[in-house]
Amino acid sequence: MHKLLSNQTGQKMMLLGNEAIARGAVEAGVAVASTYPGTPSSEISANFFRISLQSDFYFEYSTNEKVALEVAAAAANTGVRAMCVMKHVGLNVAADALMTLAYVGVRAGLVILTADDPYMFSSQNEQDNRYYARLAGLPMLEPSTVAEAKEMTAHAFELSEKLQEPVLLRTTTRINHSSGVVTLGPLKPRQTKSKFIKDPFKLVTVPAVSRNLHVKLLQKLDEAEALAEESAYNAITGNGPYGIICNGVAHNYVADAVADLNLDDRVQTIRLGFSHPLPAQKIKSFLSEKQKVLIVEEGEPVMEQAVKAMAQEAGLTLPIRGKADDLFSRLFEYDPEMVKQTMATFFEIPYESQTPVDLADVPEIPLRPPTLCAGCSHRATFYEIRKAAAGREIICPTDIGCYTLGFMPPLSMGDFLICMGSSIGTACGFSKAADGQKVIAIIGDSTFFHSGIPGLVNAVYNNHNLTLVILDNGTTAMTGHQPHPGVDMQALDIEGYTQISIEKIVRAIGVPHVAVIKPYKVKKSITMIREAIDHDGVSVIISQELCALYAKGIKKPKGKPFKVTDKCQNHRDCMNDLACPAFYVWNDRIKIDANLCTGCALCAQVCPEHAIMPDRG
Amino acid sequence: MQTTRLIIVAVGGQGNLLASGVLAEAALLAGIPIQMSEVHGMAQRGGVVESALVFGGAQSPIISDGQADILVGFEPAETLRALKKCNRNTIVITNLAPLMPFTVNIGRGIYPNLEELQHLIRAKTRKLIAFNAVRRAEQAGNPLAVNMVLLGALVQTHIIPLSTENVKTAMQNKTKPAFLESNLKAFDLGFQAAAQ
Repeated sequence: MHKLLSNQTGQKMMLLGNEAIARGAVEAGVAVASTYPGTPSSEISANFFRISLQSDFYFEYSTNEKVALEVAAAAANTGVRAMCVMKHVGLNVAADALMTLAYVGVRAGLVILTADDPYMFSSQNEQDNRYYARLAGLPMLEPSTVAEAKEMTAHAFELSEKLQEPVLLRTTTRINHSSGVVTLGPLKPRQTKSKFIKDPFKLVTVPAVSRNLHVKLLQKLDEAEALAEESAYNAITGNGPYGIICNGVAHNYVADAVADLNLDDRVQTIRLGFSHPLPAQKIKSFLSEKQKVLIVEEGEPVMEQAVKAMAQEAGLTLPIRGKADDLFSRLFEYDPEMVKQTMATFFEIPYESQTPVDLADVPEIPLRPPTLCAGCSHRATFYEIRKAAAGREIICPTDIGCYTLGFMPPLSMGDFLICMGSSIGTACGFSKAADGQKVIAIIGDSTFFHSGIPGLVNAVYNNHNLTLVILDNGTTAMTGHQPHPGVDMQALDIEGYTQISIEKIVRAIGVPHVAVIKPYKVKKSITMIREAIDHDGVSVIISQELCALYAKGIKKPKGKPFKVTDKCQNHRDCMNDLACPAFYVWNDRIKIDANLCTGCALCAQVCPEHAIMPDRG
Repeated sequence: MQTTRLIIVAVGGQGNLLASGVLAEAALLAGIPIQMSEVHGMAQRGGVVESALVFGGAQSPIISDGQADILVGFEPAETLRALKKCNRNTIVITNLAPLMPFTVNIGRGIYPNLEELQHLIRAKTRKLIAFNAVRRAEQAGNPLAVNMVLLGALVQTHIIPLSTENVKTAMQNKTKPAFLESNLKAFDLGFQAAAQ
């Protein structure tokens, strides 16, 4: 049995934040959940997926976050508890659904998890999704610890049902990827079916209906604010003339600083875990007793601006500060010492931190950047595009996945990237505006299904001149090999799915020039890519080869490793053009690490001396 | 309860997360408060994996620069890179067997001299325990047990509030039964190496 299905109430378990969230949902009797994978949220859905294979809980990897939210919204409006999980930028994709879903509301609890990523450990931006609660007018909960993440997830379902509105549960990477001790609670029985009750004058958002629904939403916000005033998640600790208002993981840094600096009788802290709507009365009364207040929040000055407005309404003139050159930054994540130092500065308390060792005389340490794996088929395709386009000026808008790493030398494939699916959309624009540069867009299979298809339709409809290369490695590799609509689920021994052919979609759209390549056949692939690039109009190359890591995971037989033989003349085309991590230099000669080599034979086909041969020893 | 801060750095695939998991489990069994966080974004693609473990009363799951009481590095260059987490009183344990960064393999970087690396760390911190953990793991009959060798060395220092017994029980719960015997041996060899 999956460990998160344990019915041992009271059992203590060491759980990852994301496991704790999944457990919280299971304890609340969640019946339907959906997602599109994205770090730092991915382990929530990975656990949901495995749990769904062992129970009557329904979980799906949806094609994108908007679809995922629509799936969950419908389930909740039918009357079963639902959850939708995504990373912060995923909520941008789902935002269209979110904004009006807030008007419509829900019947059963719906929890939408947004996993923000301050410092961008694995994201393209560090947007602060607390603004979405304000934009949509929805309640938001923000846990500060792993244990609380479980409690709050379960509570979010109750809150959602009480208000008949979806609840946004906002985490940051340091909650998702921290581990802590969690005490298991009882499992609420799952209600997996309910009758949908028709009520079109409340559920079909034509203007006349929506005018009423917006009024209702504002009433819900007032109700939510009353609940926030009483919420145990908005607790006040300590005493004294100084105040701190904080949220999320920063609360831990504040609590540690208060303990370390012995501030318990000088600083009072209000932690806002039920953070939208803010409990205005509670905050105003807190402010009225303070000489000065420091706001400790990672990201944007969301609470700071709201609290300053509350002070104005209450006629209070105490200093309220947070984001400033001499205090906190809007950039990146906070850490315990930074918070402690800033508190000491603001409250004028002497404090000297342990000085980190001086690294001035430490020599430069070679970097260890993430790189495409040994035997990664993307490396082959990138090499072939480069060869096929030799002599032409090209622009390569790329997309989000492992293959984004191809922008690094020596492959250097990747010139522009803003979001999921942007390769093909921006390719359309580049093809119109760029002077004499051929546009070759690059997208992965999962990303193609996520948001690449509308861009390709646009390209064909508007008759753009571009080549789209779809890197089909048979899985969603970057986030941990989640399935997508193009995946062969039978290879995973999982029934009940339909595999959708990328080639058939591309042909059905009416792309005039389509070719499928096997990237480990180098010569043929180069010829076919060149034909596609030479085509005037839209052309698509589908490069099919399983992700090397995924192939290993599903126990596909591995090829025999290759070795560099004595015929090598040290041209080093293999190293200079491919830079596969299986290569290393030994006594000024290139060698291949047999443990890393997957036997893809790409380098053997690149070597001008044909010196790289299967290692039969 | 006094707070003890431990940083573990490794290259993806060296078993850092399992080692951290064992320590966290041991703390849970011993009833010692524990906060742990991980940065493992692209571990499978050759990146660096860093774990922070905070034992005792503190609530923060991460460790600021200069605040580690003990640093355990599974790879010497990564130990050196993580030295910013240390202060003059930090104890450092490092494996001395390098895993060449890919950038070095393709001639875009120079791997630090191991003698100089040890000298630098020794000069800046309270104590350095450095040995070839891969060799100890091989002696234990499991070349992949580098993580367990280093756990043994870590427990030997008595810096973290966990006993050998705690950690060995956690190893039984968290590691694969087929490897338990060699893992326990690896732990003992690491413990001995640190005592020398």
